[in-house]
Amino acid sequence: MLVTIAGRPVHVNEEGFLTDAGEWDEAVAAALAADIGLTLSDEHLAVIRFVRRDFAERGTSPTLRRVSSVGGFEIKRLFVLFPKKPAKKMSYVAGVPKPIGCV
Amino acid sequence: MTDARPIPTFDDDGPERKLCIICSKGSLDMAYPGLVLANAALGEGIETHLFFTFWGFEIINKKTMGNLQFSPVGNPATHMPTALAGLPGMQGMATRMMRKQIEALDVPPVPEFLTLIKEAGGHLWACRMSFDMMKLSEADLFEGVEGVIGATEFMELSEGAQTIFV
Repeated sequence: MLVTIAGRPVHVNEEGFLTDAGEWDEAVAAALAADIGLTLSDEHLAVIRFVRRDFAERGTSPTLRRVSSVGGFEIKRLFVLFPKKPAKKMSYVAGVPKPIGCV
Repeated sequence: MTDARPIPTFDDDGPERKLCIICSKGSLDMAYPGLVLANAALGEGIETHLFFTFWGFEIINKKTMGNLQFSPVGNPATHMPTALAGLPGMQGMATRMMRKQIEALDVPPVPEFLTLIKEAGGHLWACRMSFDMMKLSEADLFEGVEGVIGATEFMELSEGAQTIFV
């Protein structure tokens, strides 16, 4: 469906995840983060940029383990930045689909 | 004209879930189901406890955790003829093959997986009876194990939890 985020039209699925990662920018990210109670810091943005880069390279959203093992971010820190459901929340803010990997 | 925007709640306000996984087996193939489920649960914000009992101690015993084996013997799912499965060297070969497949999926080896689970906030417990039977000391166990507890304490721990036996 077509919705308005940060003042512009953006396509999302029924859960609210962006369906076209190309429609994302940092203003959209800030609005998505605000939806789920997050205020983006540089540290959040560094994680989000990794998630987007990894998605662009592999066509699939990274799991939490991958964000840690490949992206180099500490698991404990990711749970602080994106509490409770880090992998889903970082994907949501990054404008990519929910991760489907098991580990 | 755009639609009303759906916003995921991520169930932040939902009831707290709690999961207990009993790991009772010590082969390479049976170590992973509990670890994979625990890791997934933690990633969903679920309070997660792993209870290691009997052969499951292989997973948290520092001497064995990095060297779990897979045997095709007595496992019809490998589709290997029974007479072949027990030949010398077959277990080592099957284990090496499985390790490669696990690594190819970017799934970590057991010790690293336990560290990952600890970092994600998981709780590891060892069974008192198995611990005594195997004449182990706490120094023999992976350092992330929080304590050695009995069956009664496990009942207290698992109150209100969903429990899975592996």
